[in-house]
Amino acid sequence: MDDLESIYTDIIMEQSISEHNKHKLEEMDKSEHGHNPSCGDDITLEIKFDGDKIKDLAFTGHGCAISQASTSIMIDLLKGKTKEEAKQLIDIFLKMIKREKVDEEELEKIEDARALQNISNMPAKVKCAELAW
Amino acid sequence: MDNYKIKKDFPILKNNIAYLDSAATTQKPESVLRAIQKFYEENNANPHRGAYKLSINATRVYDEAREKVAHFINAENSNQIVFTRNATEALNLIAYSYGLNKIKKDDEILLSIMEHHSNLVPWQYVAKKTGAKLNYMYTNDEGKLTDEEIENKIKKGVKIVGITHVSNVLGTVNEVEKIIKKAHEVGAIVVLDASQSVPHMKVDVQKLNADFLVFSGHKMLSPLGIGVLYGKKELLEDMTPFLYGGDMIEYVYEQDTTFAEVPTKFEAGTQNVEGAVGLSAAIDYLNNIGMDKVESIEEELMQYAISELSKLDFITIYGPKDIKSKASVISFNVNGIHPHDVASVLDSCDVCIRSGNHCAQPLLRYMGIDSTCRASFYIYNTKEDVDKLIEALYKTRDMFSKWIKKG
Repeated sequence: MDDLESIYTDIIMEQSISEHNKHKLEEMDKSEHGHNPSCGDDITLEIKFDGDKIKDLAFTGHGCAISQASTSIMIDLLKGKTKEEAKQLIDIFLKMIKREKVDEEELEKIEDARALQNISNMPAKVKCAELAW
Repeated sequence: MDNYKIKKDFPILKNNIAYLDSAATTQKPESVLRAIQKFYEENNANPHRGAYKLSINATRVYDEAREKVAHFINAENSNQIVFTRNATEALNLIAYSYGLNKIKKDDEILLSIMEHHSNLVPWQYVAKKTGAKLNYMYTNDEGKLTDEEIENKIKKGVKIVGITHVSNVLGTVNEVEKIIKKAHEVGAIVVLDASQSVPHMKVDVQKLNADFLVFSGHKMLSPLGIGVLYGKKELLEDMTPFLYGGDMIEYVYEQDTTFAEVPTKFEAGTQNVEGAVGLSAAIDYLNNIGMDKVESIEEELMQYAISELSKLDFITIYGPKDIKSKASVISFNVNGIHPHDVASVLDSCDVCIRSGNHCAQPLLRYMGIDSTCRASFYIYNTKEDVDKLIEALYKTRDMFSKWIKKG
């Protein structure tokens, strides 16, 4: 159970049931649909830009606690960032999940998303964590 | 033989896991593993090719496996048994070689909503290619097809009825005899997906009067990669080949070819003899227990599992509750917890279940749910496996209790 408790942490569980990022946007520039056919996780992201900046970001859909939390944490992180900044943060997150080398300084940049680091020990859940990113 | 004794024959189960995913694939007994090794040690060569003893041996064991399968499902003749990779390939063979040739524009293909994608997606393809209509028989609240639904939907104009013998999601045992009889009355043929029935109960193709019947070896103790298509002789003979190449021919000229007789006509290229040998050994193993005994072991387990699961007020069980119309599969959800999260916690307790949509998205959409947890049983499971499942479900609830959304 120890492994599990390092994955289903308070941050992740709170984010997984929090609905603050789970809605449709009134105005959006782009929407992207992600689906994992083997397990049924299904997430649609909507994004609104203000010039180069991500003005707003939200999601709808369903999936396990990990996919829901990961999506919500990502939205918290990327809102207000420029496209270039967002790309870098996503890159750091994906490297972390794939257990590639990432230095501490970079990990700090992804804030709460670090809570998902232990997912890399659980192969069955990696794709749930990655879906939105 | 009882299930405790049977369990000892399965090397992988020695580490005491509760393997409750046999509807996905079964574990293999030592006798099957040994038969495969023996084949490679003593009889391996390319069948139908060589004039030397080893090749003749390989041909013989392959043919014997076909005989064994024919006898197991009571086919009239072993030449009505075609070996495929799995049930999916067998269903595609029927769709391509029968469906695309026989189905005309505005004909109707009728499926049940509980079909596995393997008996659904190929028929969508046939319908799109031919301009045929694709319709569905829907289940009632208990996850069953009512007599009324069968009577109303199987009507003139229906040319193919695709039906699963046992639902891989709900465990519903469909009344296929009734469906086949009705289909024949309106001039339709029936494609019976027996993947979840042949491993678990006595299936007699002549008694059922089945036109086509398919199943996968790996769901009945055999290795992966061997499946079976049974067809009525006149249907198989009238069909075009599915895959073209070596062995399925009679004479090949520069511009034209004549084809081998059924079933070789449908078995192009070097076949999976290892798989056939494994399937043959699996049938021996099941026959040795006796299919009546297989049924009674599973019925007792299911009765225990349903009664224990029904005591949990934090789960929802789907499908028929009466044991007589349910076989070896139980789908459920832990209220407020996503099935994948349930499966992860269960895994940490060494309980293997499946979570997801079970390759039956249309059924789950019809039921208004995204996914379920599924526990499925076979002859090597015991009451202790059920107890482990129950205990792990309590743990799941406790672990997530403060996060479960109310209402």
